[in-house]
Amino acid sequence: MSTAPPIIELRHVSVAYGTVKVLDDVNLTVPEGAFLAIIGPNGAGKTTLVRTILGLVKPIEGEVLVFGKPPKELGPLRREIGYVPQMHTVDLKFPVRVRDVVMMGRYARLGLFRRPGKADHEAVERAMAKVDIQDLADRPLSDLSGGQRQRVFLARALATEPRLLILDEPTAGVDAQTSTSLYELLRSFQQEGMTVLMVSHDVGVVSQYVDGVACVNRRLVAHGRPEVVLTDDTLAEMYGCQAMFFHHGHVPHMVVRAGEEKK
Amino acid sequence: MMDFWQYAFMQRALIGGVIVGLLTAIIGVYVVLKGMSFIGAGVAHASFGGVALGFLLGIDPLWAAVAFCLAVAWGIGTVTRRGGIKEDTAVGIFFASTMAFGVLLIGLIQGYNIDLFSYLFGSILAITAEDLKMVLGVGFLVLLTVALLYKEFLFITFDPETARVSGLPEPALYYLLLALIALTVVVSIKVVGIVLVSALLVTPAASAYQLSRSFGKMMALSAFFGVLSVVVGLILSYYLNTASGATVVLTATAIFGLTLLWRRWREAV
Ligand SMILES: Nc1ncnc2c1ncn2[C@@H]1O[C@H](COP(=O)(O)OP(=O)(O)OP(=O)(O)O)[C@@H](O)[C@H]1O
Ligand SMILES: [Mg+2]
Repeated sequence: MSTAPPIIELRHVSVAYGTVKVLDDVNLTVPEGAFLAIIGPNGAGKTTLVRTILGLVKPIEGEVLVFGKPPKELGPLRREIGYVPQMHTVDLKFPVRVRDVVMMGRYARLGLFRRPGKADHEAVERAMAKVDIQDLADRPLSDLSGGQRQRVFLARALATEPRLLILDEPTAGVDAQTSTSLYELLRSFQQEGMTVLMVSHDVGVVSQYVDGVACVNRRLVAHGRPEVVLTDDTLAEMYGCQAMFFHHGHVPHMVVRAGEEKK
Repeated sequence: MMDFWQYAFMQRALIGGVIVGLLTAIIGVYVVLKGMSFIGAGVAHASFGGVALGFLLGIDPLWAAVAFCLAVAWGIGTVTRRGGIKEDTAVGIFFASTMAFGVLLIGLIQGYNIDLFSYLFGSILAITAEDLKMVLGVGFLVLLTVALLYKEFLFITFDPETARVSGLPEPALYYLLLALIALTVVVSIKVVGIVLVSALLVTPAASAYQLSRSFGKMMALSAFFGVLSVVVGLILSYYLNTASGATVVLTATAIFGLTLLWRRWREAV
């Protein structure tokens, strides 16, 4: 088997906001076709890691390669990336219909000045069908539930017909059942050949769906197959010593202890 | 009844007013949705410095204001994007300093018999054919740009980060939007004046926001409210013999009040 070049490669990457280092010497390789979860506590630098990969933040040290190129030099390859941002970054009361949000995924492909054509409308319909939101197409975004909204943003990312899908906490504020169906959906995309990178808080559940986990807390604490990575030691290092873990089979469930509470 | 239409100055006022009403209402949609209303006010006040500079240098005050406002709008944009300063802080600094600059320059101008009042509060009835040409030209340019870049401006207003990730030239589009705001502000000065122009940038769009569930509808409604405010305001000011700019702005505010009540009422039933 020939070794295909990785889709994402980070070599000794450090990122700082002002003088505060938020990522320190991170090395990460994401092969084509992987489904990788990035986990870590709040403020660990997960979003920063994603923004670095997307070229929105410049590292102070190290090298970032996406599709073998630095993010700034991606050019038209940018369109091969679908991005679902962390929800709080958009104004949820913005007057816009679902269909119009999904169409935004086509804009860059269309080019400046040009209006969407038949192929674009078809791509939008396909994307909405994949995440099962066709019946919401003409509803305003502000009417939707959290889970429905997440599907809209996922559909927008799919409308670009990406090779690489990057999601930042797609299940924040969404109930367990909706999260599970989202993970299943993402796994089906992976089976179609898409590379999926997802930031998540959902340590226990996510490991059943992904084939790799990267634990981030300023540094990359561990990276590899879920059952290998998600050990008590890794999780304790990542979340500090206030965390405890139960094991059901090979999937750890985390319990965070508050203060001096008894075990 | 329609006797105001007999006067050439009233015709010019209405034509100029309608264009300005349309322009401010459409650019206002971006201003309101992107939360830039304070930038609009800052650029409007900065135009005072530009007008004063024009008088001092002996060039057309409105064209001087165009250059000055563009510089200030881009200045505010750059400082907020690069400097890590909050937008309202940046505007606050530019707001007062450009006004102060204008006041200083006015003091230097000999004679001092400039009709500053007409720039501060508008003098729509004194619009000349020359002024109208500028309003028409700039208005056409701004509306054409919005029509051509409709989808791009929508994306960067709704979700600038994803727009950038997708490959749109988000920073360039943002600076272009700032330029459109600056141009709109300057051509509106004649109609409502420096002090009141920011109201036209915000109020019709805010009224439309109350009633809209899609972006296109908000655009259309805002344009409608903007034009309605100007036409009704001008006619009212003609018959009531009140200041035209102020009457236009208060008409827009009254429409806003009505849309607010309408929405409350609709949500209640
Ligand atoms: N634009 C910014 N300017 C300055 N500091 C920032 C900025 N964005 C993030 N930070 C800081 O960097 C650190 C990492 O933030 P980041 O958003 O990457 O964390 P995260 O793992 O995504 O957290 P969460 O789970 O809450 O989303 C935090 O301490 C945060 O306060
Ligand atoms: Mg985050």
